[in-house]
Amino acid sequence: MFLIFCLVITGNQIEVYNAPHNDGLIITVALQSDATIESPKILTSSAPPASPANVEVVDRPNDAGGSIIITWTKSADDGGGRESVKQYLISRSTSIDGEFELMGTMDKGAEQFVDGTTEDGTHYFYKVQAFDGTLYSEPAMSEAVASSGQWFHTGRINMLIATLVLSSLVLWFIRKAKRGEELYIRPISGLEAVEDAVGRATEMGKPIMYIPGILDMDNIQTIASMIILGRVARKAAEYETSILVPTCRSIVMSAAQETVKEAYLDAGRPDTYDADKIRYLTDDQFGYAAGVDGLMIREKPGAIFYMGAFYAESLILAETGHSVGAIQIAGTAHPHQLPFFVTACDYTLIGEELFAASAYLSKEPLLLGSLKGQDWGKAIFIALLIGGVILVSLGFTKIITWLTTG
Amino acid sequence: MKKQAPLIITFIAGSVMILQYFIPHRPFSDIQQIFNTWFLIITVFAMILGIGNLIKIHSERVQRQRSGWWYSVVLMMGFIVMFVAGIGWGIERGSFFYYLYWNMHIPMSSTMFALLAFFVASASYRAFRARTPDATLLLVSAILVMLGRVPLGNYIWDKFPLVGDWIMGYPNMAGQRAIMIGIAFGVVSTSLRIILGIERTYLSGK
Repeated sequence: MFLIFCLVITGNQIEVYNAPHNDGLIITVALQSDATIESPKILTSSAPPASPANVEVVDRPNDAGGSIIITWTKSADDGGGRESVKQYLISRSTSIDGEFELMGTMDKGAEQFVDGTTEDGTHYFYKVQAFDGTLYSEPAMSEAVASSGQWFHTGRINMLIATLVLSSLVLWFIRKAKRGEELYIRPISGLEAVEDAVGRATEMGKPIMYIPGILDMDNIQTIASMIILGRVARKAAEYETSILVPTCRSIVMSAAQETVKEAYLDAGRPDTYDADKIRYLTDDQFGYAAGVDGLMIREKPGAIFYMGAFYAESLILAETGHSVGAIQIAGTAHPHQLPFFVTACDYTLIGEELFAASAYLSKEPLLLGSLKGQDWGKAIFIALLIGGVILVSLGFTKIITWLTTG
Repeated sequence: MKKQAPLIITFIAGSVMILQYFIPHRPFSDIQQIFNTWFLIITVFAMILGIGNLIKIHSERVQRQRSGWWYSVVLMMGFIVMFVAGIGWGIERGSFFYYLYWNMHIPMSSTMFALLAFFVASASYRAFRARTPDATLLLVSAILVMLGRVPLGNYIWDKFPLVGDWIMGYPNMAGQRAIMIGIAFGVVSTSLRIILGIERTYLSGK
């Protein structure tokens, strides 16, 4: 074994390092100004920081692969000792005596690093070194580890159970409904009023306006809104009342056109369908609000439906609708917009009622069955909440872990 | 087949999206991103439909000189100017499009947003009339929260901010969470109905 030392002469001092990694003892030697050196005098000395320990490597759980978690115990000089550690350096190699490549650094205090650049199936060795800004500690080595993807997310078992329970309940009640059993669903005044609103608009000789929110078709509220639109459009077709649908997204416009067209066909009135009544205004939130407000003022609809996802424009629209004297029914799953609708509209579908609307309006046993299943799911959830509160109050906190999704 | 094909596509797409939540392994882990990319591509094509619809409706309105047709002229001019400016000279900082966007579009949007303050005032005036016990409760809560949020409330009684925070943090939060739980169940139930093909309203299903 060879030891290579590096001498750095600065002014009247010589600094000695252990090369090539600059680790080892530093000895600073003062040179006598008259060059009569009898013995070197050690002025200062410092040692490298203590090594981190217990380097453990594991394949990152519940991922698609390509990732390894490296953990270690902090150096004795990190948070104690000489307090000299500034960083940890994490290096990787495919063989224990091969060349290690620096993968990343972590600031002092860190005890974990995630290497997200691994190739699945390849075994890697990791070394972790503490660094004090000048010197490196002895490396702490890991065992070999290989990354791989998992076929099941173990942190989501509780969600799987919840999904299965809820789905089973829904399917069970659908089956019950299929067998002809009568299912009681509580009356929802906002939905009871849909037919009245369409009838009122018809009597007044005014159109109906249906506003499907401002989000795109990838939002579940917009999808629910399209389903309700189908029911409302069918009633409008039966009453031979014009229906205006200003949209904020092009795809919503296309979907609304198809939905209304199908509803008119279904009602046996395809001749009264007018595609131009379902129009695209703009993607811009307040541009859309201005456009819809303008339509309301000009067309003076007898009934206005706000169903879907709304943000700050909700009250601007609902107050304008109120000012033109329309009967207004709103529904949204955005809790922050609900107070605005409750204030400005005649009826408001609160949260889940928006999703129940289609089933409720259709009165079809299959759809009502799914509502019943949803209600039972809610009952189970409430029981879990109450039970959880009691258990946690009694000190059984494990239930929090069970109910937390990973 | 016209109605079966969308149902099959919906079932497969919906089931795969549920599976990807529980299966982190590839290719399931990439599916959401792939679907998002597809959605963006479809959106771009649908945008052409939207713009086509906009031009068709407003050019007809101008042609037939229907009431308020000049609004359509303004809209068409605005569309053409922004379109030409964007395509012709780009949309970077300092471009004509950028100038129009920041000096016309943004102020107009802000103006619409600012109107909200007046609508809040008019809606509150109607809602806070103490006609029923519920409305009275709403009125009292609103006054307490408002007093807790403005400096004057703190000046009158330094506990008003605490009262306001308590109303927002407990009764209000409890109500919001109850609504959120209901929404979550509603979303699951609606998704199941659509995936299983029970809900077919969008396909003119009976």
